[in-house]
Amino acid sequence: MMIKFLQLLGKSTRASFTKLGRASFFLIQIVSGIASVLPRPRLLLKQMYSVGVLSFLIITISGLFVGMVLGLQGYYTLSDFGAEETLGVMVAASLVRELGPVVSALLFAGRAGSALTAEIGLMKATEQLSGMEMMAVDPIKRIISPRFLAGLLSMPLLAALFSAVGIIGGQLVGSGLLGVDEGAYWSQMQANIDFQDDIINGVLKSLVFGFVTSWIALFEGYDSIPTSEGVSRATTRTVVNSAFSILGLDFILTALMFGDD
Amino acid sequence: MDKSVSPQNSLVSVKHLTFTRGDTKIFDDISMEFERGKITAIMGPSGTGKTTLLKLIGGQLFPNQGIINIDNKNVHQLRRADLYSLRKRMGMLFQSGALLTDMNVYDNVAFPLREHTHLPESMIRTLVLMKLQAVGLRGARNLMPNELSGGMARRVALARAIALDPMMIMYDEPFTGQDPISKGALVHLIKSLNNTLGLTSIMVSHDVQETTAIADYIYVISGGKIVGQGTPQEIKQSTSEWVQQFMTGTADGPVHFHYPAKDYVDDLLSSGKRY
Repeated sequence: MMIKFLQLLGKSTRASFTKLGRASFFLIQIVSGIASVLPRPRLLLKQMYSVGVLSFLIITISGLFVGMVLGLQGYYTLSDFGAEETLGVMVAASLVRELGPVVSALLFAGRAGSALTAEIGLMKATEQLSGMEMMAVDPIKRIISPRFLAGLLSMPLLAALFSAVGIIGGQLVGSGLLGVDEGAYWSQMQANIDFQDDIINGVLKSLVFGFVTSWIALFEGYDSIPTSEGVSRATTRTVVNSAFSILGLDFILTALMFGDD
Repeated sequence: MDKSVSPQNSLVSVKHLTFTRGDTKIFDDISMEFERGKITAIMGPSGTGKTTLLKLIGGQLFPNQGIINIDNKNVHQLRRADLYSLRKRMGMLFQSGALLTDMNVYDNVAFPLREHTHLPESMIRTLVLMKLQAVGLRGARNLMPNELSGGMARRVALARAIALDPMMIMYDEPFTGQDPISKGALVHLIKSLNNTLGLTSIMVSHDVQETTAIADYIYVISGGKIVGQGTPQEIKQSTSEWVQQFMTGTADGPVHFHYPAKDYVDDLLSSGKRY
């Protein structure tokens, strides 16, 4: 019994490490394939449309509601201390530092990451990747790298959109419904949000999340078992692993970036 | 090594190939020659690794032992760039067609031309229409892959495979799942392309009638070994039990109907433990 358990443990540990190794090797291939994407901007633009532009709606709507909730909750707490004028700072800081990058990355993993995994997995199942190899076209360069770059570049833009719409949502609720002074909302925000500390750090976070999410999504698709069950499991793993990585990395990045404040 | 294939005139030669997957030996020391300008067929029951053989020839898989030479180059010792330039001269027709699903028929056929040549779009158009005309689908150029029937998809894939005017084509089960008319069309196409373009064709198939109609030479493989080889006529007259079972489609013979299992009665009477 004990031996069996140890055997299983060893087997699954080894499997995880082999997978990590494959994923790392895959990443090296993707990154070295990026050079061949740059002379062909059309490939990139097409992918930025499908991972970026098509995520526009879900990001905008979610950003609006998250901002509105922040406005509401922030107002209730701040007004207890008579500090409702600082609502703008609270909404903007939470969005730009945390919620913007994190929530948009989670949505991105659900919306675009799962789609990437399913697409690549099905291309594998229908021998499209293999067929490309036989036509002497490297699928990593032609299919994977453009998608990776598109994910990496789209993520900060989507996070910025999320934060911007959220700030407007907070303002709508705060000064539109609850009577916070509009001038105070904006001027407090302008005075207290730092470009380097808040905005750049937020952008860096979303770049990291974009990198990790695209990597996971593409790897899971490429590494999936080419059957309907295999692709469905890979898609699930993309969403679950991306969520874990985003939240875990967010903690580490926050500790590194804001630790000295 | 055999009567009609001289190794000097072969484009592809497989020597003492052994390939294992897990504990199963897919190929056990097999040697084959594929002569220039001819259609050579590899026949055998499903699951004997016929597709695997094509992937080995195409350099997508690596053999455990043995070598595969194409045009006197060892495929598995080529550098990546050389392998890719060799593949530009090889066409492969996958069983599913493997068309790119986000492009229409025209763009699928144009794909290898756009990837590998710097031809102006007007010339690509001419070439694509010529290839589509050859497979009889010039009128279907604007259809998407999901709007094609299985037979049409394979013909488009064939047009794509010949887009770069390769020296050889590998066909993976070209007739499987086709209605008699599509089968007839494919038989005719494979034969006429081979003759008019001077191609070397390697065809993997288990359709006895179609294959014997067009192949110049046939290898029958089973259980990782070559169990018979020769011209279609010789294969038909073969005295080998294996070959006869395959050609006549007998359910049981040297290739067993049953997957290996323990004794039937013992199995029924044993406790309900699942395996």
